[in-house]
Amino acid sequence: MKSTSALFCLAAATLLSGPALANTLIYCTEGSPEGFDPAPYTSGTTFDASSKNVYNRLAEFDRGTTDVVPGLAESWDISDDGKTVTFHLRPGVKFQTTDFFTPTRDFNADDVIFSFERQRDPDHPYYNVSGGSWEYFNGMSMPELIESIEKVDDMTVVFHLTRPEAPFIADMAMDFASIMSAEYADQLMQAGTPELLNQQPVGTGPFEFVAYQKDAVIRYRAHDEYFHGKAPIDNLVFAITPDASVRYQKLKAGECHVMPYPNPADLDAMESDPAVNLMHQEGLNVGYLGYNTRMPPFDNPKVRKALNMAINKDAIIDVVFQGAGTKAKNPIPPTMWSYNDAVVDDPYDPEAAKKMLDDEGVTDLSMKIWAMPVQRPYNPNARRMAEMMQADFAKVGVKAEIVSYEWGEYLERSKALDRDGAILMGWTGDNGDPDNFLAVLLGCDAVGGANRAQWCYQPFDELIQKAKVVSDKAERTKLYEEAQVVFKEQAPWATIAHSVVFEPISPKVQDYKIDPLGGHIFYGVSLSE
Amino acid sequence: MLSFLVRRLLTFVPTFFGVTVIAFAFIRLLPGDPIALLAGERGVSPERHAELARQFGFDQPLWRQYLDYLWGILHGDLGISFVTKKPVLTEFFTLFPATLELSLCAILLAVLVGIPAGVIAAVNRGKFFDQALMTTALVGYSMPIFWWALLLIIVFSSGLHWTPVSGRISLMYFFPTPTGFMLIDSLLSGEKGAFASAVSHLILPTVVLATIPLAVIARQTRSAMLEVLSEDYVRTARAKGLSPFRVNGIHALRNALIPVVTVIGLSVGTLLAGAILTETIFSWPGIGKWMVDSIFRRDYQAVQGGLLLIAAIVMIVNLTVDVLYGLINPRIRKG
Amino acid sequence: MTDQIAEVPVTATAPPGPLKEFWSSFRENRGAVFGLAIFLIFLFVAIFAPLIAPYAPDQQFREHLLQPPAWQAGGSWEFPLGTDPLGRDMLSRLLNGARYSFFIGVVVVGIGAFFGILIGVIAGFAPKWADTLIMRIMDIVLAFPSLLLALVLVAILGPSLINAMIAIAIVLQPHFVRLTRAAVLTEKNRDYVTAARVAGGGPIRIMFRTVLPNCLSPIIVQAALSFSTAVLDAAALGFLGMGAQPPTPEWGTMLAEAREFILRAWWVVTLPGLCILITVLAINLMGDGLRDALDPKLKRG
Repeated sequence: MKSTSALFCLAAATLLSGPALANTLIYCTEGSPEGFDPAPYTSGTTFDASSKNVYNRLAEFDRGTTDVVPGLAESWDISDDGKTVTFHLRPGVKFQTTDFFTPTRDFNADDVIFSFERQRDPDHPYYNVSGGSWEYFNGMSMPELIESIEKVDDMTVVFHLTRPEAPFIADMAMDFASIMSAEYADQLMQAGTPELLNQQPVGTGPFEFVAYQKDAVIRYRAHDEYFHGKAPIDNLVFAITPDASVRYQKLKAGECHVMPYPNPADLDAMESDPAVNLMHQEGLNVGYLGYNTRMPPFDNPKVRKALNMAINKDAIIDVVFQGAGTKAKNPIPPTMWSYNDAVVDDPYDPEAAKKMLDDEGVTDLSMKIWAMPVQRPYNPNARRMAEMMQADFAKVGVKAEIVSYEWGEYLERSKALDRDGAILMGWTGDNGDPDNFLAVLLGCDAVGGANRAQWCYQPFDELIQKAKVVSDKAERTKLYEEAQVVFKEQAPWATIAHSVVFEPISPKVQDYKIDPLGGHIFYGVSLSE
Repeated sequence: MLSFLVRRLLTFVPTFFGVTVIAFAFIRLLPGDPIALLAGERGVSPERHAELARQFGFDQPLWRQYLDYLWGILHGDLGISFVTKKPVLTEFFTLFPATLELSLCAILLAVLVGIPAGVIAAVNRGKFFDQALMTTALVGYSMPIFWWALLLIIVFSSGLHWTPVSGRISLMYFFPTPTGFMLIDSLLSGEKGAFASAVSHLILPTVVLATIPLAVIARQTRSAMLEVLSEDYVRTARAKGLSPFRVNGIHALRNALIPVVTVIGLSVGTLLAGAILTETIFSWPGIGKWMVDSIFRRDYQAVQGGLLLIAAIVMIVNLTVDVLYGLINPRIRKG
Repeated sequence: MTDQIAEVPVTATAPPGPLKEFWSSFRENRGAVFGLAIFLIFLFVAIFAPLIAPYAPDQQFREHLLQPPAWQAGGSWEFPLGTDPLGRDMLSRLLNGARYSFFIGVVVVGIGAFFGILIGVIAGFAPKWADTLIMRIMDIVLAFPSLLLALVLVAILGPSLINAMIAIAIVLQPHFVRLTRAAVLTEKNRDYVTAARVAGGGPIRIMFRTVLPNCLSPIIVQAALSFSTAVLDAAALGFLGMGAQPPTPEWGTMLAEAREFILRAWWVVTLPGLCILITVLAINLMGDGLRDALDPKLKRG
């Protein structure tokens, strides 16, 4: 072992002093992207590496907000019946020129048609190229919603819908709706290598793909002819670093400039570290405990309320979130429009809870708490949370057993209508629309699916169905506010927390904004010396 | 000799088939639902679920799936990764050089330190030096290496800032990697400081991965040396008045090395097992980490292909060691 | 001849001479005695953990989250080795962890050795084709790196301590099979076995009463070494999230849970690892002593 330490000294002596690439921003991402075509995938890691920085969409979310603004479409009109949406495309948009592709024409309607038809039409040559699993497109009900897509001229595309759908424009700003180059796709198809569309991306976005070394690093450079102007940084590097404490180490050592998902445990140290600028924003998510409202005694709203009152949420925020969360009282996060701040949360009161349970004739209750085996943005440690709830429930005389399954199985099994037990679950918003929370998670259609409380309550469902077809935002806001009141009365969930998203960045990084939708966007960011 | 080789090769074939069966069967036995995993919190409808299962061939009868799989192996096709949608073989060979580089460095360190340590301990048998070295070796042999790695990171990376925290080379360098071996590629690139950077990234993972093989080699060398030192011809050499260095270093060591070489060959399995932990902790983009990730992601095809390839590597190395051993030591051939 | 037959069972069951001889040569090895002493302490802790530990291992003190050990600023003797992120007493958890490690070692070696010896003896006595088949299956198991195989097995069975133990036992048992078979093959043709067969001993009796006791030395040594491998591998599986599940105070699992605090609270990371190291080291020291005492060839060397 003696010679080992000798080796260390040697290494310390020969430590590197490499050439710093001019104006390169390094982002320590948490994992490898599954591919570079966002549409077949659902993970944020993949979107960061593709849609957020390489591609654009017809509509875009204004950076740092959930407001929908024009993107590749300069404007759009919606017909009076809400079923025809016309996009007027932006002229003169250039696709990226890379080592593997040189575009001969600007962006036009063909690219839009290609980008959607490949996900929609099973006979499209690209439909099966990436395994045919267009999960987001399907998950957002696009196959039922879109009746047809029509190219009016090179700069105009019309979407014919089967029903009015207020959140449709916001859907068009989502990652799966990224616009690919039809010309590039045709070229690849002719060369017999269509799978490269998913490995060597070409988009209209601010950064163009240079190289990817699996599980190690992705390199991009700025797209000189980007339609909003070239990005202030010249090069963008994704350093794949799965371990959060390692990411922090690298940030401190100057080996990266921006890192996502810090350890809650490190936040205090980061706050006081001069080498780190700790940014934070409330996340667009909610973590909850969903009862199975079809199984007694949880079919009784009073029992659910009583259990809600037994949970010490302050302690959970302290211990599980290490302060990186806020208590939740509504099923939608406070940053979302229509959030009803007038709703009063159930107080923490074990004695009253116990009495309520007694009044309902519920004694000696044993139940299961499902805890997911993985870390999620809305729940950094479900096990730990479940252990705390177990202790809280014991105080009101309820015995709780913690169960867990492998994540895929957990998701699948928890959908069962006769699931035994309450489940720790959560949701991260896709497009900033309240419909994306309230209808997806609590609507009657979703029972047996994403509605894991199996809760179908007519007065609530009528409100959210109405809000879906009305296009006036003020009117929708009122309907959603009312829905939140009904939700609180009926208590199908114990709303636990909205996490606070922390992003430590180097003080050299200027104008970085946290994306409320969870992405990491590097256009508009610059580096100071 | 030829018959020995043929016999040894003949046992290779059924074992390899056994391995394909195991790798295949394991994956079908894995609980969980990769399609649900892919869909996340949103979930998929039962119809869509069935459609996807059909696309990935999960709806075929098992024997059919196995035959397809075997047919694929014979054509060098290990299937498409469920997660990345790329051929498993391509994925494996993109990552394998990283593991190979790390393992070779670890073995080199273990041999260069372990053999001299064992020889010195044997020659000084019973003295302080022997005891100190052998105690250290036993500590190394008992080390939970995942903890050892964390300790080294705390001290040398976070504390002293001597070594980088993770990865294979500083991101400031960007050059093509034709061989996949960062040490070689960094030299080929001609960039100043690139090689030093690659070396500094290799040090901690190498030390961690080498710890157990080093301890084993040191202990094995010592006991082999002790055995040889007590043999007649060594005594004769000593009686003839040869210098202690010639006696110990040349005559004794050469004979003691035979069992040691076997131990080195057989530690390939240990190394690959160690690589799983080491690569996970140091974010080393190799096959150990890839296997762990694939198991967690329920990437059936990747786990199946990875298991098969890793087992094949272990078997080929063992076969080579056996054959070499048979060449060195003719007595084995008959046995 | 007849003398030998009469003598063999006696040596195997109640041998006052050999035991004494074993002990005297074991005692010569200072390291082994030291290892034995630590192992006895470990055993004591494992058995009496609930009595010695100041608190229950899962009791949460929410006012004392991540409190440092007593001798450091901010620590108190209330929690001598500090607390973990949920405010549980580290000392109590570590003491209880000894139970799990001991339990893992005993169960894994028990299962592995039992089936390994059984299959090994059968292989040694079986006809050639059956022997070949058994050994080929063992080759297949050994072709996978042990930790990888255990990892996949646990993924199949579901992550839990019991399943981790089963997986490790499966991975370890080929070593017992090989060792037992080799020992049986050398012993099988010795005179005393032939004599027992001539005297009319049935095959089962010859297998397990006559031959096996004479093959025990290498198996005992292997069992000791397997004990430490089992503790290490179970901890490694726990560390990868595939072993004991929280809140079980298993050392590897504790280490995995504490990993995020690596920069902030050294004690939650350092102490469980140190416990693993000391335990494994003690068992290996003992194993070395056992081997030297039982294996006459090495004793001479």
